[in-house]
Amino acid sequence: MNSSVIIFPGSNCDRDMDVALKKFGFKNQMVWHDDQNIPKSDIIVLPGGFSYGDYLRCGSIASKSKIIKSVIEFANSGGLILGICNGFQILTETGLLPGILQQNKYLNFICKNVFVKVNDKNNKYFKNIKKDILELHIAHNEGNYFCSNEELKSLEDNNQIAVTYCNKMGLENDENNPNGAIKNIAGIFNKNKNVLGMMPHPERMVDAHLSGEDGSLFFENLLENLK
Amino acid sequence: MKIKVIVTLKNGVLDPQGKAIQQTLNGMNFDNVNEIRQGKFFEINLNENDEGKAKSKVEDMCKKLLANLVIEDYKII
Repeated sequence: MNSSVIIFPGSNCDRDMDVALKKFGFKNQMVWHDDQNIPKSDIIVLPGGFSYGDYLRCGSIASKSKIIKSVIEFANSGGLILGICNGFQILTETGLLPGILQQNKYLNFICKNVFVKVNDKNNKYFKNIKKDILELHIAHNEGNYFCSNEELKSLEDNNQIAVTYCNKMGLENDENNPNGAIKNIAGIFNKNKNVLGMMPHPERMVDAHLSGEDGSLFFENLLENLK
Repeated sequence: MKIKVIVTLKNGVLDPQGKAIQQTLNGMNFDNVNEIRQGKFFEINLNENDEGKAKSKVEDMCKKLLANLVIEDYKII
């Protein structure tokens, strides 16, 4: 399986993602934002970081970069696009995903492990995944997901809410909501479920000795689903 | 020609920074501050002499980049 990770000026999780994808058998290529063409890929990843120093709004400048036209065409033709953290912010700014990631409710940069519940398995990302609750890492200042009531209803009606913050038993409430996101939303799909944006970093949980292995479950499962 | 734009959060959208500033001012004994909404201000210098045309270009910029209409409103002044 071929994957491409797009690098923007200020991306900083691109190499972690490269390591994770290769560890589980993807043939990964790094693509610079100023290029126009993306090599043949089964999945494109927009990594975490602080593209363009988060100027104007997180992800807003990156969402207008040269490569994005190809990313949008790839998404519209059904290709898989995974946006993690800043990648999620870029996807909302391109309009591929609805809503926006606002500043965290309590104005703090949050860097910790959290639990998220997998809400929908009828898609290439989570189909057959062995656990319903994953322990993943978050590190962000703008992860407070917000959208209009109409958009929220549409997300719920189409099962587009991918993952939600919870405790290790799966309880979703304010106490287990790190950033104030509406309905504890940690990640969402587009309507066709080929585009996934989420704040948690699965690529930081791929080593039992260093962190945890729930990210490994995610990547192994993804690769299996793409075969 | 210089066009100025103010981008603010829409009514009803939580503004934690504005709230923190308000609480700080209250703490500094500015007791009569009820609410603060923080926004952004842009000064755009355009190579255009017709005010109507300039404003219409800036409006396009606001919709496409300067403001995110999910949570923000813009005002061209």
